[in-house]
Parts: sequence; structure tokens; C-alpha cells
Amino acid sequence: MPPKKRITMHDHAAEASLFKRRALFTFCCVVILMGILLLNLYHLQILSYKDYATRSNDNRIRVVPIAPSRGLIYDRNGVLLAENRPFYSLEMIPEQVKNVDQTLDQLNKIIPITADEREDLIKALKYHRRFKPLTIKSRLTEEQVSVFSVNQYKFPGLLVEAGLRRYYPYGADLTHVLGYVGRINSKDRSRLERSDEWKNYAGTKYIGKQGLERYYEPLLHGTPGHLEEEVNNRGRVIRTLKMTPPVPGKDIYLTLDLKLQQKAVELLDGRRGSVVAIDPRTGGILAMVSSPSYDPNQFVHGISSKAYSGLLNDRSRPLINRATQGQYAPASTIKPLLALLGLEEKAITPKTKVWDPGFWQIPGVERKYRDWKRWGHGWVDVKAAIVESCDIFFYELAYKVGIDKISNFMDKFGFGERTGIDIYEESPGLMPSKDWKRIRYNQPWYIGDSISVGIGQGYWTTTPLQLADATAILADDGKRYTPHLLKAFTDDNKLIEKPLDEKPPIVLKNPNNWRIINDAMMDTANKSRFTDAKYTAAMKTGTAQVFSVAQDKKYVASEVEEHLRDNALIVAYAPYKNPEIVLAVVLENAGWGGKNAGPVARALLDEYMLRDDRKQVK
Amino acid sequence: MNTPSHRQNIWQKLHIDLPLLLGILALMGFGLFVIYSASGESMAMMDRQLLRMGLALIVMVVVAQINPEVLRRWALPIFITGVILLLGVHFFGEINKGAQRWLNLGFMEFQPSELMKLAFPITMAWYISKFPLPPKKRYLAGALIILAVPTLLIASQPDLGTSILVASSGIFVLFLAGTSWTIVLTAIGSVLAFLPILWFFLMHDYQRTRVLTLLNPESDPLGAGYHIIQSKIAIGSGGLWGKGWLMGSQSQLEFLPERHTDFIFAVIGEEFGLIGSMFLLSLYIYIIGRGLIIASRAQTSFARLLAGSITLTFFVYIFVNIGMVSGILPVVGVPLPLISYGGTSMITLMIGFGILMSIHTHRRFIDR
Repeated sequence: MPPKKRITMHDHAAEASLFKRRALFTFCCVVILMGILLLNLYHLQILSYKDYATRSNDNRIRVVPIAPSRGLIYDRNGVLLAENRPFYSLEMIPEQVKNVDQTLDQLNKIIPITADEREDLIKALKYHRRFKPLTIKSRLTEEQVSVFSVNQYKFPGLLVEAGLRRYYPYGADLTHVLGYVGRINSKDRSRLERSDEWKNYAGTKYIGKQGLERYYEPLLHGTPGHLEEEVNNRGRVIRTLKMTPPVPGKDIYLTLDLKLQQKAVELLDGRRGSVVAIDPRTGGILAMVSSPSYDPNQFVHGISSKAYSGLLNDRSRPLINRATQGQYAPASTIKPLLALLGLEEKAITPKTKVWDPGFWQIPGVERKYRDWKRWGHGWVDVKAAIVESCDIFFYELAYKVGIDKISNFMDKFGFGERTGIDIYEESPGLMPSKDWKRIRYNQPWYIGDSISVGIGQGYWTTTPLQLADATAILADDGKRYTPHLLKAFTDDNKLIEKPLDEKPPIVLKNPNNWRIINDAMMDTANKSRFTDAKYTAAMKTGTAQVFSVAQDKKYVASEVEEHLRDNALIVAYAPYKNPEIVLAVVLENAGWGGKNAGPVARALLDEYMLRDDRKQVK
Repeated sequence: MNTPSHRQNIWQKLHIDLPLLLGILALMGFGLFVIYSASGESMAMMDRQLLRMGLALIVMVVVAQINPEVLRRWALPIFITGVILLLGVHFFGEINKGAQRWLNLGFMEFQPSELMKLAFPITMAWYISKFPLPPKKRYLAGALIILAVPTLLIASQPDLGTSILVASSGIFVLFLAGTSWTIVLTAIGSVLAFLPILWFFLMHDYQRTRVLTLLNPESDPLGAGYHIIQSKIAIGSGGLWGKGWLMGSQSQLEFLPERHTDFIFAVIGEEFGLIGSMFLLSLYIYIIGRGLIIASRAQTSFARLLAGSITLTFFVYIFVNIGMVSGILPVVGVPLPLISYGGTSMITLMIGFGILMSIHTHRRFIDR
């Protein structure tokens, strides 16, 4: 190898001594350069000491960021749903207080200081900068503020700080819609840094963590301002030199109707379940309730870990937004859509009749698929099949049409895909297909799987929002809008309406089919829950099995543990002509759909349709 | 003849150089005190810094176990990997604060220029020690090409601080190898001639602003000059003895930006005065002296050059950082070694010290 030859030419002793000379030289250079640094420091710290000491003691300019006030949130009628409330806290600048104990004793006479607060303060004092204010008592009442102000002269070094804090006046009623703000944590910070937004948060303490507060953070937050102030060498502000005011965040208006929302909360009454109401003409959400809920205000001023783990471990899972994240078998509520597919694919005609003896068998197979009505419905056509929710008719239909067509058709109605609602907490649900099953379970699709899908059971799961959205598309003859909560926002005192997000409509080969199905749903409503309603309505109920009953066994609700009982569902809309509101209601483990979810739907449509001021509200 | 004492003590078995370790620990300990003050007495930041220091010490000990021969053999592959990664940053890097320095590996973000700080002196030492020393001109030409590639790649990120550190680590190798004075002086001369070109054609606007503010910081007291003015006031007002630990009003009142990272020397100057600064500089000189002694006692040219380069690069950190904080050099992002809050540079530096220790404790013959 040629390099070897070169290596033999190395004169190691000479190289080593050459290196030593060079190393010594560089070390001298290092010492000289260090000397230059030191000389410069000598110049700064000794010769110019007086100059710099004066400048340091001099009044100095400090730039203090001012957080913008957060945009407010209103419902569609201008009712305030999220506001900023002033709050006061009592602060102390440690170095200006000579005797802390004595001061606290004196303070206790006018404002009660608990032993805990006292202990916390003494502890915090050790680790706190003496220049910076330290909180003695947060959340002073207005009365305490005035009492202290009168006596302030007795307490040098103590001051009242005022700030704004988010407050949700309707508490748990809107938690899953509005979400909440919380203190900025390190995760929020690195997210902001990545998007280069961090500089706008210099004075901001809170950030949207969930729901609309998180989704519309960029609209709600605003732009910070800053204050240039002169402070003395002890950190006290002498005067303000210049102020660039912050630009407050934009106020937003929701499509939500608070009254309807509250009615839905009242009707659910803490039971596990969800209500979604949509205006089918726009996709605007009128109400969205997930129950049980929790008070979002506790998250704003920091929830205790005990309270939080309580929420986390609650078996009824209040933290989940059931309306958009709850995944339920849609059960019979999607029979109208399946019937529509049957008509569209000409698997059935409006006149097709199926004999229902109470059970159905795949040709040549022994296993019996039962109807919910043990003795069957006799001869049923498509209308009767929807009105009476005949299972046999839909077993046969699903068998004839097959999963591929069902899956394709339901995709158009948004099943198995996020609706794109303007909150981040959303699950896509599941619309099964042959491909999906092969990938997920590495199994082929069996005919029996299609039969279950035919009555909205089996692998098929949907969120209440998807059910409402799909029903809205059906009610409006195929017109599709992205469901949303934001109606408008303010910009320079002008109200800017959010443009409608219309998706290409579903076009049927025979548009008459829309009406056939909707008529059947109106019949369903008229023959049951809405017989005496003062408006026209359409509906379809569903009862979803949560667990399977063995062949030939009877399902008796009272014998089944509560969390295994059937889910009750209903979809409904009104009025029949030009619908204005579409509802989906899910009640977990409540039992029979018509009996349990039905009254909720009726009461909500009554509330909305029979309002005196309905005409003005659009 | 001298019978080499084979009685190795425990430190030699662990491949640790005690004098160097003591110097490093003293610096780290001092650094913790300063960070406590500069962070506004944050225990959380102290914990994180302690954790980093522990990690860095472990890394150093691990590196010290690697025989320098291994480094020499792997020099070229490491270097090529480094260059490829730098090119990767150039084309796919994450843009952070206006500069493209980070490569997102999916599970962590990684700064290839940091790797280059070590890979480069190893490569240069490997290359130049292949030939008889002092190096002939034609080998120096090759060395300059090796020098140019990573320096320009890093400078274009743009990360001036790191490119200075990388380039100087290579230049130190060439100088220590015994490059003739004629060449050294010619090189210095041509760099001076090159400065106007650098100024007008190659520097970014923000870099030019930094130089201009250095010359006259008062021209823009609330903008670019703010850092320099505030840190000079902090240092100057410290006087001989300083204002005392936790008592620096400049530092504590938050006039001083970046006071726990790049500008931490200003906190030292303010709170510990000239005495404290001298103490710090002596610690640094002690470590540099020890490093150069280790280099001189090394038994191969490769080891000598590598150890010398690592030690002198350590000095460049110190000089550039203190020079910038005390207002005689422009602001470039170089931390105060082993004191500034932060992990990446500390790990790199400690790997460097690990290599020094490895060089010193892997010699085949112990000194007389």
C-alpha cells in the first residue's frame, strides 16, 4: 500500500518536538488573548465602573408585553357564552415588606388569610425573586378589594393586581362545544414555537385547549401590545413612556341556539347520551350535547389533580365528546338510507313485498336471523318496512345489494369519515367494507356480515353527528354541507359571515326516490310519536344491541346488566317540507329507541318549532 | 533504562484524567450557581441542567474508553456521513428561527453541524498525519478543500458561530502540524484581503447589522444594540467584587436578554465582578493548559494534532463568547462552554474531553 511507504518517512522525534514548539506558541497566544479579554473587562469593570454603575442604577426602559383580551363567544341570537371576567389578586413585593409575619397578621384583620395560604406564601418566599410580586391571595371579592384599597397605606409593598380570566356562564351545558382555555404548558409552547407564533404569546397566560376555544385560537387570541416603561434599579415602575395597545381577539358568533341546547341538556338529565341538532339548509349546528358533562371553569384556573383524576376515571366518561367521538351502531336509524339504496339499485321497487314470518335465512343456510317482532310483520313493502322497522325486509335487501354497494353509497353520506366539523375532537366512525375487513382482521367478508350491516349493526359504527348529518342530507334531497359551529366573526366591528361550505350534492338516478323514503319517515312520525304535533315531522328510531343474544333466546332488558342494555336512538326532522332542523339522539343503554329516545326528540322539536319568535330566527 | 511503572491507578483503568476532570467539575459547579441566579431561581431549570451535566459526564466517560486508533480508522466514514447530513439539512432541514440547522429524524431533532464540530478535527488530523510533518504545500491544498466543504455548508445555514468553530478546529490542526510561517502569514494576509468580499457579497443582512451595532451599539438602543448595551452595563456595573450572587439588578430585572444561555457571562460579570471573571478565566486557562499537556505527551501525530485542536477549539468558544458579551466581537451564537444553559453544545464539548482523556490514557508507554 502506498501510504505505508510514506509512513516510513515520518521522523517521530522531530514531529513531536515541532508539535511541542507550536503548542507552546499557541498557549502563549491563548494567554495573551485571555489577557486582552481581561483588559477589556478591567476597562469595563474598573475604569468605567462609575459610568456603568450609574447607568445600571439609572432609570431604565423596560418593555413589557400586554396580552390582548380574548375574543368573546356568542350564540346565534347574541347570547354571551364565553366571557372575560375581571379577577383580583393580592400581591406582595417581598423586598418592600420588612416583616412578613407582622404584615400578614395585620392583613388578616381586614382580609382573612387561611393557614394554608400563609404556609404556601412562606414556602414560596424562599424560591422567589425579591423584586417580583408574589401572590398572597388569588380571587379576591370586590368587597375585599375595596376594603384593602382603603387600608392600602398601612401595607407598603402590597398591591392588588387585576386581570381578566375566561368564564363560561353556562358551565357544563356547553363544555363539549366551547371546550375551555387553560394555562399555556410546555407542549403548547413548543407547538407555538414551531408555527412561529410564540412571540405573540409573550404576555398571554391562557390558550384554547379543547373545542372551539382550541379550533379558533388564531381568531380568538388577538395581537399583543407592549408597554415601554421606565423602572428604577429596584424594578419599580417610574412612568410609562409609550404604549402600543393590544388588538383584542375577534368575537365569534355560533350557529348554536342556547335555548335548544339547554333544553337538550335538561332532557338528557345527566344520562349517558348525546343530542345533535343541525340546520339542514346550512349545515349549521343548532345544538350539540354530550352527557354527562363537567364544568369547564375548573380547568381555567387549574383543576386539582384529584378532581381531574375523578373525571378521568369516571365510568360514564364525561371527558369524551359523545356527539363527535362516541361510536354507536346506528341500528334501524339507517334503514331509510338502505331502502333508498335498494330503490336506487333497483333491488326493490316501491311495490316490492317481502314475507316476514319473524325470521330470515340466507338461502341454503340453517342459521335464522330474527326480526325484533317474534311473530313477524307478514307481507311488507318498503314503506311498511320503514314504518314498522321490519328487519327481515332489510336482511333480504342487504343480501341482494351486497356490501360493496352499501359501503360506497354510505360513504357519500359521510359515514366512516370525519365530517370536518370545526372542533378537533372528532372520530371518523367506521363504515365496513371488504378491503377494510381484510386489512383489519385478515379475514374475507362473509355474507352474514352484510346481513348485520343491513340493520345497522355489526361492524358499522357512527357518531351522533354523522347520523344527524346523513339524515340532513336525506331530508334535503341530497344537498350536502359541512357541519359547523361558527356562524360569523367580528372584524373591526363588522360582522363577517362565514361562507357556506357546500359539497357536491348526491344525485340519484331517480330523484323521486328521495320523496318515497322521506314520505315513509313522515308516516313513521305521524303514526307514533308525532301524531298530535302541530307541525309535520319525519323520524326513524333505532335500538342498537350492545351485546348479542344467543340464538333463540329472548332479550329481556331487566335481566341484563345496565351497561349491556340496548342503546336507544332516533333521527327526526321538521317540518317535512323545507326542513329547518334535523336531530339525532342517542341514549346509551336506555333500551327501546322509540320509547326512550322518542320523547327527547319530540320535546326538542316542540321547543324549536313552536317558538313564537321562530320566524325571525334564521 | 526506565522501567515503566505498570502500576496503573484506578483513574487510568477507568481511562479518566483526574486533573482535567477536576477542572471540568469545578466549571460545572460554578455554572450551576450562575444558572440558578440567571434563571430567576428556577429549580426546574436547575434540575434539567443537572440532568444534562450527568448525561454529559457519562458520555464523556464512555467516549474515553474508545481507543484513539479507532477514531483514526473511522475518520473518513464519519466525515462523509457528516457532509451527507449537512447536505440533508440543506435540502430537507427544518427551518427554525430563520435558520436551517435541524434535521428531523422522526423521533428527535438533530443538528449535523454539531457532529461536524468533532468529525472535522478528527478528519483533518487523520489526513495531515498520514504525511510526514511539517506538511508539504500540495497536501495543504488538499486540506483546504476538506476545510472548505463543511465550513461553507454550515455558514450557508446560516450558522456563523458554528462555522467559525469548525473552520478554526481545522486550521489549528494545520498550524500545530507545523505549517511553515511563510504560509501562515500569507494565509492571514489573504484572509484580511478577503474581508471586503465577505462583507459585501457573502454576509447576510442580519450579520452585517451585528457588526455595525458592535461598532456603535448606541445607534439602536432598543433594537439590535440592546443586547450589547445591556450586557456591557451588567458587566461594568459589577465592578471589582460584583453585586453579589442573586443581587444583579440587570440580570434579575430582566434587562438582560438570553441571560441563562449565550449571555450568561454578563450575569457572572455583574454578580461576581472582575474577581469572578478572573476566577472563571483561570479555570479555563487551567483546562486549556492541561489539554495542551495531554496533546504534547501523546505518542502519535494523529493523537497530538487531534488533542491540540480540541483544546484550542474550546478556547475559541470562550474567546468568541466572552468577546461578544463584553462588546469586542460581534454577536454570534456561541455558548459559554460548560456554563451556558443547554444540552447540545455541552454534549459535544464533553465528547471532546472524552477524546482527550482517551488519548492520554490509551498510550502504550507511560511517561517517565
